[in-house]
Amino acid sequence: MFKIVHAQFIAPGIKRFVIEAPRIARKQRPGQFVIIRVNETGERIPLTIEKSDPEKGTVNIVVQSIGKTTNLLNSLETGDSILDIVGPLGKPSEIENFGTVVVMGGGVGTAMAYPSASALKKAGNRVITIIGGRNKDLVILEKEMREVSDTVFVTTDDGSYGDKGLVTDRLRQLIDNGTRIDEVLAVGPIPMMKAVADMTRKEHIKTMVSLNPIMIDGTGMCGGCRVLVEGKSEFACVDGPEFDAHRVDFAILVQRNAMYRDAEKRSLEEYKHEVEKNKATAAEPEVACALEGKK
Amino acid sequence: MSTPSTPKEPQKKSSNPIPNKERAKMPRQHMPEALPQIRNKQFTEVNLGYSEELARQEALRCIECAKPSCTKDCPVGVKVKEFVQLIVDGDFMGAAAKIREDNVLPAITGRVCPQEDHCEGACLLCKTSESLGIGYLERFVADYEQKHFDKTKIVRAPSTGKKVAIVGSGPSGLTAAGDLVQKGHQVHVFEALHEIGGVLVYGIPEFRLPKQIIREQVDIMREMGVEFETDVVVGRTVTIDELMEEEGYDAVFIGTGAGLPQFMGIPGEHLNGVYSANEFLTRINLMHAYEFPKYDEPMVDFRGKNVAVIGGGNTALDAIRSSLRLGAGHAFILYRRSEAEMPARIEEVKHAKEEGIEFQVLAAPLEFLDDGKGWLKGARCQKMELGEPDSSGRRRPVPIAGSEYEIPLAVAVMAIGTTANPIIQTTTPGLATTKKGYIQADDTTQKTSRKGVFAGGDIVTGGATVILAMGAGRRAAKAIHDYLTNGEW
Repeated sequence: MFKIVHAQFIAPGIKRFVIEAPRIARKQRPGQFVIIRVNETGERIPLTIEKSDPEKGTVNIVVQSIGKTTNLLNSLETGDSILDIVGPLGKPSEIENFGTVVVMGGGVGTAMAYPSASALKKAGNRVITIIGGRNKDLVILEKEMREVSDTVFVTTDDGSYGDKGLVTDRLRQLIDNGTRIDEVLAVGPIPMMKAVADMTRKEHIKTMVSLNPIMIDGTGMCGGCRVLVEGKSEFACVDGPEFDAHRVDFAILVQRNAMYRDAEKRSLEEYKHEVEKNKATAAEPEVACALEGKK
Repeated sequence: MSTPSTPKEPQKKSSNPIPNKERAKMPRQHMPEALPQIRNKQFTEVNLGYSEELARQEALRCIECAKPSCTKDCPVGVKVKEFVQLIVDGDFMGAAAKIREDNVLPAITGRVCPQEDHCEGACLLCKTSESLGIGYLERFVADYEQKHFDKTKIVRAPSTGKKVAIVGSGPSGLTAAGDLVQKGHQVHVFEALHEIGGVLVYGIPEFRLPKQIIREQVDIMREMGVEFETDVVVGRTVTIDELMEEEGYDAVFIGTGAGLPQFMGIPGEHLNGVYSANEFLTRINLMHAYEFPKYDEPMVDFRGKNVAVIGGGNTALDAIRSSLRLGAGHAFILYRRSEAEMPARIEEVKHAKEEGIEFQVLAAPLEFLDDGKGWLKGARCQKMELGEPDSSGRRRPVPIAGSEYEIPLAVAVMAIGTTANPIIQTTTPGLATTKKGYIQADDTTQKTSRKGVFAGGDIVTGGATVILAMGAGRRAAKAIHDYLTNGEW
């Protein structure tokens, strides 16, 4: 059992958990992730590590409510526990002084990009960060990113904050302005990472992306997370999760991530139904009395 | 429980009243089984186990060889003759204790060990009749022990003050742990997954090895003093060097298993509906996907569909028989050699056939076909014939020109072996590996190139069997004990 020391929503549907996991906290490097299982009947899903505190023995994970497991997770509060957390998994990001690095975070992907941005800055790079979200509320970790970047650009799809448009629009402008870019690191939804890859391929800018295929064990045993990299099967959990964006077959990734869409939909509907039912039961007067009587 | 074996004790006289000559004429007692047409729809165990009467009846068949070849051919050296005699005597707990001197997981080996390749294959009864049902008897004794187990009777060996880390809780790790704790060492087992048992839990299905059996065997080990820690990927969560230098372990045994599943490298392997056997079985066994939506891990819908498993080993049979239980309409094995070369246990092949599995042998897929939406719709296959023996000693499959054919398929499972998992090798400086990336270890001591570090099981040999991994765990435990006692490397 891993205790949640602190849980707080940082945006609508996006929650940050500070979790007691001393072994993971001690070893975590930028670019790595954890796999969690919420309870006995739960599935195993990979999640982003935002940062860790080796002294306090805690890791921060940032979770966006999408399916049943992430919704269930985001219903947990400070003081609750998560049954299993294993990590840190995957190869750490390559951190060197490349020169100028553009770090791009789309939505909750910003949390995964943050520790890399921080490490790249420490390694002496000039860090230009571009983060984006659908609207102002969904732009996360702007303050944290500003602390570790030379420049931060924010974009929103609806223009409610920062520039109206996509993170790639801002990247386009940087390229067109003649900004020297030695490397790009992009973490976010697959269409965003693909768009970045397509753009930088033409410009011959080395680009890394952090992939999020379906995973089970996270140690290379199951092969469920295989991605096609330049025609070769690679496992995101042991060979990645970061790959050279110009070699990744994004179409296969999209296709494979959709494999359980029907089941995922059913799980989420049943979970929501369950939550509603529990709410209704809790609201019934005699139950409420019984609970009060207990107190 | 921790009684040391005394090899020179005088041969006990058997209480078997049947003359030796008569014994070979007695028929082998059949294992009671669930009916094929019922069991192929559920995950409950196929073999139901001997009754006390059946067990004694079968035990009476042992001809009590002076130099038992069954024990010699057992990778962990179970004293078969002795434990069978104790069954004849009706001393089932005594029989269990006798097995435990050499094998800490009898309820597991009694179920999954390929006895025909070891003890039963060596049994002299084979010459005139059928071999003694050693596996069935072992299972009977182990199950009897679990039912009547008295935890208070466990005697813990006096502590040596030495700490041993076991990496991986599969058959080799559990065996090493069990042997070492009985020598008085403090034993801590690290497991990457959330459940103890390694391949026994994620790989072998409930209908062949119920999880409850593993839990009970592990509980006994806990009572013996073995500590278990889940959710630790050694190499990532903590390194071998950190275990030895910072956490004070005097020795480490690496038994992490084979690792990465192999694919054929043919077109279409990334289609939805194509699984590795490891993923397919992990979803079912470890994650209970067959109980979706009670359990959250999903699985594609198998009901009424054509399912093929590519391969001919126990893993392939576990996968195809599982697919039938998930409702597959037509389930078949595609194997490139003939049935004679199949590495699977004979009993599994028999069970699979009874359950309605079709065997398409001497055939292999060349390509998986896309339905246009990224899902598998079929396979283009090729027929084979057998040529000269290859390096494995089995006759090599040779493609027959012009024999290509297509089959409709909704799910394909690749059960064609594994390659070395690199996590520990790449995070442990100075740990020598083979050309194929497995850890180099001595055949008798399981010593690696790093002082204090031992390795065994599939991470050393590549994919093999539960009992061979257990044999390695046993040899390692002996060598670790020697090393911890005399400090010599």
